[in-house]
Amino acid sequence: MINITNLHKSYKIGKNSLHVLKGIDFIVAEGELVAIMGSSGSGKSTLLNIIGMLDVANEGSYTLDGVPIKNLDETKAAKYRSKFLGFIFQSFNLINYKTALENVALPLYYQGKKREERQEKALNYLDNVGLKEWATHLPSELSGGQKQRVAIARALVSEPKVLLADEPTGALDSTTSSEVMALIQEINNQGKTILVVTHEEDIAKMCKRIVRLKDGVIVEDTLVSQIAAI
Amino acid sequence: MKTLFDKDTWQEIFSSIGQNKVRTIITVIGVLWGIFLYIVLSGAAKGIDNGFERQFERISSNSLFVWGEVTSVPYNGFKTGRQIRLKLSDVETLKNKIQEIQYIAPRNVSGLWGTSGGKIVHGQKTGTYNVYGDYPVFTTITTKNIYDGGRFINESDITFNRKVCVIGERTRQELFEEDENPIGEFIRINNIYFKVVGIHKYVVEGGMADDGDIHIPFSTYKKLYNSGEHVHFLIVAAFDDADIVKVEQDIRTVLKDRHNISPADMRAIGGFNLGEMFKQITKFASGMTFLSLIIGLATILGGIIGIGNILLISVKERTKEIGIRRAIGATPKEIRIQIILESVFLTIIAGIIGIILGALVLSGINAATKDMTDYPFTNPTVPIPYILGALFLMVVLGTLIGLIPAHRAISIKPIDALREE
Repeated sequence: MINITNLHKSYKIGKNSLHVLKGIDFIVAEGELVAIMGSSGSGKSTLLNIIGMLDVANEGSYTLDGVPIKNLDETKAAKYRSKFLGFIFQSFNLINYKTALENVALPLYYQGKKREERQEKALNYLDNVGLKEWATHLPSELSGGQKQRVAIARALVSEPKVLLADEPTGALDSTTSSEVMALIQEINNQGKTILVVTHEEDIAKMCKRIVRLKDGVIVEDTLVSQIAAI
Repeated sequence: MKTLFDKDTWQEIFSSIGQNKVRTIITVIGVLWGIFLYIVLSGAAKGIDNGFERQFERISSNSLFVWGEVTSVPYNGFKTGRQIRLKLSDVETLKNKIQEIQYIAPRNVSGLWGTSGGKIVHGQKTGTYNVYGDYPVFTTITTKNIYDGGRFINESDITFNRKVCVIGERTRQELFEEDENPIGEFIRINNIYFKVVGIHKYVVEGGMADDGDIHIPFSTYKKLYNSGEHVHFLIVAAFDDADIVKVEQDIRTVLKDRHNISPADMRAIGGFNLGEMFKQITKFASGMTFLSLIIGLATILGGIIGIGNILLISVKERTKEIGIRRAIGATPKEIRIQIILESVFLTIIAGIIGIILGALVLSGINAATKDMTDYPFTNPTVPIPYILGALFLMVVLGTLIGLIPAHRAISIKPIDALREE
């Protein structure tokens, strides 16, 4: 599903250049649930951003579902993101003046889907995350866990190939974290490829594979026996 | 184009500009004020224009008055200080020599310029009014509205020196009982009986006309006042396309020649050029219109810049939201169109409300000034093409100004927008 070879990324800060990713080779097969771990500054978020086409690499190749991701302009990146990827953020990133249902339906709007189809599909996905009766509520009326579940529904609604979760439980307490991870596991069990960036060991252990980054290189890549979140 | 008519596009726009209602309303008021000023000012300018036109509609706009005064330069053996009196024969000569002249109405009057007015008696009632000796041509230059059942002086009145008269509305009120019909009745003017043949309505018009004026045939006046061939003044109407200033010069030249006046004598012939004044007033009115256009446009521009400014702030505030939209698949074009449409939408809403308010104020002014006939202001309007033009300009400016925040919005990289603080 994801095929990355020899990926380099450096940022220019003033006259110095900060080499963040120093040759990453990384293959993810369909249906995997991968935890990307590392301390801050290890380059894990940069890697996720490149995979998410929010950032571009300086060097190396990246293929997503057989499509080589290169020479991206903003429009093309937006199209690919809309087609291939679903994002889950630490701070949920819901649009605060839109209801749960409208938030979930938004990616479909940018895909040019018809209104009825959007509403129906969004409601369906809200139902899947157990928030059907909260459809008309604003994010401010939802708890953290509920917000993240809305965000997950939003990430899923466009039927992406890969789900990218950047510290999905970072802003949640342990009980809600487990609930959210259980949902992620369930989605993975239905066959979706998911990448989770985290720095928490117990969250990582709920995945099927752990990739550890340190100073811009992968230092460990192991398959683990998954622990059920709940 | 599809996005323009898409309900969802507009829903996105409404929900984003509805976020900060107070700010949106204040921003809209900026542009609204501009278009409001434009509508009210140009309507008012048009009202003044119409008002002056109404003041002058009773008299041919391309006309002038001339009369004889006292010479100030010795000429041809004559001393200075000689009183010039125009003569009836001047009328024919002027008409023959100056092609641009359409009509000339010679008039005599008693009651103006130091002469005493006619003493009018009807039954027990008396009064003093200005008495004019007129030809029928007078009514082709200035309109006199005659009440039903009456008429103005006609040619045969002149031919037969008839003792008939047209009285004013005020004369009627002062000399006749309310239920009395003056037509066919007799009044005495300087002890001579005249039959009343018409009553003229009082109309507002600049100049010397009065609602008490009495008109009698020119030929009868001649006999009554023993004025011979003398004429107090001429009203000259030139053809519409004639240059009235040149016509006046030509008239003066001809009259100076006929009355042995030095060509250099500026005082011997008095004149008042209504046509020239009318032109100047028209220029003044179009100047007002132009000024209101400039003020309106400048204010609209100021307001639209305000919209651009507010949208810039709003884009800044919505950095994260725009980042989210980009992350879930919005293309830069979609973001740009949304911001520009927000700008255009605000501009148009402001424009329409401003136009409606302006129209309401104008109709209020119109209702208030309707009965003020002596005030040069009537029927303030703004032509529809001007309004559409202003709206179109606003759309264009709204789009242009929207480009700035739109550019700011698309230059936001989703990764920067979404970076956790």
